[in-house]
Amino acid sequence: MADLKFTEDHEWVRIDGDTATVGISAFAQEQLGDVVFIELPDVGKALKKGDEGAVVESVKAASEVYAPVSGEVTEVNEALNDEPGLVNSDPMGNGWFFKITITDSSDLDGMMDETAYKTFAER
Amino acid sequence: MTDRNSTPLKQTPLAALHQELGARMVPFTGYNMPVQYQGIIAEHTHTRTQAGLFDVSHMGQAILRGPDVEKAIETLVPGDIAGIAEGRVRYTLLTNDQGGVLDDLMVTRQKDHLFLVVNAACKDADFAHISEGLGDAYTLEIKTNLALLALQGPAAVTVLSRLAPDAAQMNFMSAETLVLGGVECDVTRSGYTGEDGFEISLPASHVERLARRLLDEPEVAPIGLGARDSLRLEAGLCLYGSDIDTVTTPIEAGLKWTISKRRRAEGGFPGADIILRQLADGVPRKRVGLKPEGKAPARAHTEIKDQAGKTIGEVTSGGFGPSVGGPVAMGYVEAAHAKPGTSVNFQVRGKALPGEVVVLPFVPHQYFK
Repeated sequence: MADLKFTEDHEWVRIDGDTATVGISAFAQEQLGDVVFIELPDVGKALKKGDEGAVVESVKAASEVYAPVSGEVTEVNEALNDEPGLVNSDPMGNGWFFKITITDSSDLDGMMDETAYKTFAER
Repeated sequence: MTDRNSTPLKQTPLAALHQELGARMVPFTGYNMPVQYQGIIAEHTHTRTQAGLFDVSHMGQAILRGPDVEKAIETLVPGDIAGIAEGRVRYTLLTNDQGGVLDDLMVTRQKDHLFLVVNAACKDADFAHISEGLGDAYTLEIKTNLALLALQGPAAVTVLSRLAPDAAQMNFMSAETLVLGGVECDVTRSGYTGEDGFEISLPASHVERLARRLLDEPEVAPIGLGARDSLRLEAGLCLYGSDIDTVTTPIEAGLKWTISKRRRAEGGFPGADIILRQLADGVPRKRVGLKPEGKAPARAHTEIKDQAGKTIGEVTSGGFGPSVGGPVAMGYVEAAHAKPGTSVNFQVRGKALPGEVVVLPFVPHQYFK
């Protein structure tokens, strides 16, 4: 059973065993506006928690997506190369960015559940 | 051009309407302005295919009067103002003694005065500069009680003609007083999108009613500053503060077409020695169109390098062009690299992204001829 968490950087993390799938929240995509390009990390890349994992380019500006945990990138969402708008149309589903291994489960400490995140984002 | 000071944001007379239309508001040059309504790409495309309504009431509007006022203002701008026929509009520049640009502006020649429209960020400085430069014989009446709308796109003329049939007869860069919805408006056939369209100056007290009237037309949608920027970038038009500023000259910026033969011969504007020398001898760098090869945008301040890795310039405006369907940019490069077709690299997040120098505009102008 996957567990969904959110970070203060408006990213979501779906935890499935020792793998985390990373994306940005519906609130974040709305703030960004039309997404036109995504720079994904290379599969196999080792990231530390807080490192730049991907870059989202909207019409207006470029924004970073950070690695929510330390680990190795195991898969990236190649569909975003052809259809970056998936981040807008389905941010919590087909608009995911990358999967990363969870090497230290304490990296997940302090992340918010959906209810807590909703309160955070609306603040 | 974000406003960093902490004074409260000014509102345009359409603030309540923007709110009602669901605009996302952002601070822009001291004003609370709509950056988007339904989304930048949708608004951009709507303007290129139908008609977009822009609130540009933050811009500065003023009437300049005095003896031979058109000759007098030529001491501040390199444009041929004395050569403008009555009822015609011209794009010109306020220059400084170093040949740099203080602002770009639109000048309309009316029977007994000039009507000026200047950039919001520069308006206070521009008006002080003009008043000081021309002296006591001239009066600059700053029209803070006027609003400004832009109606842009291929359907703009159809829409405006429904309110005032004479709109259809107007030539590009001409001015007319039209009664729109019962209100006298000073209308020019001009704009900042590369499309056919109009700019409409009218009393702030009446602008909301006219805006609603125009938005009621099936072709018209409200357009924010986000699409205004992508539209003007695709059209190759300069944004003051980004593509032109106090250290770029009109010649470097590719704006020599704004300086007539007579003004080139006579000089007599700030920085004329430098600007006229550059006209004769050439310039060290030039503003060019830039097309990144892939999908990643090259944004303002991105370094431009040649094939050998040497820095040859910088992007001044860059982003995604919705009509082009990919990244578009403009910037300055050393003159030796300014020829269309020249291969360049953009230094984006530590990587060299290939691209080339291209002819501007990215999207052909559709001005009414």
